[in-house]
Amino acid sequence: MNAVDPGAGAGFDPTSPLTPSGNLRRRQLFSRFTEAGATVAALVAIAVLGIVIYTVAVRGAGAVSWEFLTTDEPTGIRAALLGTAEIVLIATAIAMPIGVLIAIYMIEFAGPRSNRVMKTVLDLTNGLPSIIIGLFVFGLLVKPLQEQMAFAGAIALAIIELPLIARGSQEVLLLVPGNLREASDALGVSRWRGVVGVILPSAIGGIVTATVLAVARAAGETAPLLLVSSVFKGLTLNPFEAIPNIPVTIYFLSEEGNPAGFERAWGASLVLIAIILFASLGARALLARNRERMSR
Amino acid sequence: MLEPASVPDVRPPRRDRSAERLRRIDRIGDGLLYGVCAFACLLSIVTLLLIVYEVVNGASPAISKFGLGFLTNTTWQPNFGEFGAGSLIFGTAFSSFFALLLGAPLAVAIGLFLSELAPKSVRGIVSPLVEMLAAIPSVILGFWGILVLAPFVQKNIEPFLHDTLGFLPIFGPPQTTGASVFTASLILTVMIIPIVASISRDLFLAVPPDVQDGASALGATRWEVVRGVVLPSTSSGVVAASILGLGRALGEAIAVTQVIGAGSEIKASLFETGDTLAGRIANQFPGAITELHIASLFYCGVVLLVIGLVSNLLAQWIGRRFSYAQAAK
Repeated sequence: MNAVDPGAGAGFDPTSPLTPSGNLRRRQLFSRFTEAGATVAALVAIAVLGIVIYTVAVRGAGAVSWEFLTTDEPTGIRAALLGTAEIVLIATAIAMPIGVLIAIYMIEFAGPRSNRVMKTVLDLTNGLPSIIIGLFVFGLLVKPLQEQMAFAGAIALAIIELPLIARGSQEVLLLVPGNLREASDALGVSRWRGVVGVILPSAIGGIVTATVLAVARAAGETAPLLLVSSVFKGLTLNPFEAIPNIPVTIYFLSEEGNPAGFERAWGASLVLIAIILFASLGARALLARNRERMSR
Repeated sequence: MLEPASVPDVRPPRRDRSAERLRRIDRIGDGLLYGVCAFACLLSIVTLLLIVYEVVNGASPAISKFGLGFLTNTTWQPNFGEFGAGSLIFGTAFSSFFALLLGAPLAVAIGLFLSELAPKSVRGIVSPLVEMLAAIPSVILGFWGILVLAPFVQKNIEPFLHDTLGFLPIFGPPQTTGASVFTASLILTVMIIPIVASISRDLFLAVPPDVQDGASALGATRWEVVRGVVLPSTSSGVVAASILGLGRALGEAIAVTQVIGAGSEIKASLFETGDTLAGRIANQFPGAITELHIASLFYCGVVLLVIGLVSNLLAQWIGRRFSYAQAAK
């Protein structure tokens, strides 16, 4: 039986290259066009990041010097730098244990129902605008005590860090290999010894990573600190008074509209952005290495 | 039955004091661990409830004075004790929706690029860079916004849009400074993109490859695979991601107050100054003295809190429905 050659007789030239024509050509061109669009979108996002960091680096480089980092106002930002470090440190000291405990609860104890409740609570907390958290701490501490204080700011930052640390730790705890858990169960190790002696040590790298990412986020938070630690009486490090800090300093300088102030604000921005990018890039690299090791 | 009499008793003594002690410690330890973990969870729940309570409590003088009329009244005059959030709610919605209109398609396109087009090595570099956009503190983005973006927008983009699309009322004549709702929207767009892009990338990556291969095998082009398979099966997740992004934009305070120019009238043009709920709180709270002024700012916070919680729950609900649908398949 002879098959009929479908191309024969219709001007089919078997030697010509196979190029689509007509409708197919149009479809392929459109597909190419959308591919190009998606690539351009990604390039735009990277370009925006590049432009912001480049501007901050170029304009801030003139202001940043050893003197800028180690003297107080009006020439430097030493007090603000120490203040931010102190506030973030207190916040992390509050948020990290609570966050890790929540993660342990969700992994070790919670049933599906309470797990869902906790997930919702953490997501809602994470989604709260930071200025709302500022208002909350203002109403909770600053208004009754009639005194702005860095400690209130630290609590606000702790609330911001908490869901990040808890969700991050939970993800790492989920990655702990099941046979480690089973081995400790099989040896008759009690639950708390298993958690403290086996599960936490193997997840500690990931927990630290999640914490560093949360710190990077908290270090740049301005809105809550603006409400509870912005009227500086002096260069103090007492957490129960308002302490100067980098984000609020940048905010005030940017609102003043004074060129010399702008210069200092660019310098402070460069220092802040450098710390944050360094911390989050480092944490990400650590996380990738950790994941690799644990999934092996 | 033989019973050798001389075999020594090798069974452990029934009451070993140290084993008993160990068991007691373990029992206490287990209880303690459970108790401490449960306490931490309760603490987080109580904190969330307390946040709602404190914000509503702080607003109560304004709520009892202005009632729901606060939401529609557009006059905001601290000197006369006259407060209404109408123009702020309008400004919040206007700037955020415009930002979402601009940001969501861009972010979805980025998500598609990362999941469908980019080779793994490129994805490994571009993904963290896009997420890095979210790591830039809003105060720095806002500062960059006033000094770099606003003048550029005012000199180049606004006149262009006014000349070409000026027949639309939202593209009115540019103002003298670049501080405008438009500039604020652009800054918000930058903040929305990393959130929506990274969520939609994960959604697209989770679409089973054999379904996509099937479509390709039937002759679909790459775009047709995306249009016919990837997007329909992830659409509710993308909507949820966009709502999360919108929530972020609605609640952003610092960057917005830096670039939006603190206007207090409702204007149809994007190029005029305006203000948002969060921006007004950040701008006026440090200087607010009268109790009613502070309470009114808290009232703005209540509105913001309601919007934030509702949008977040909505996104979670849509996302969960999506994952159920996915699991049922």
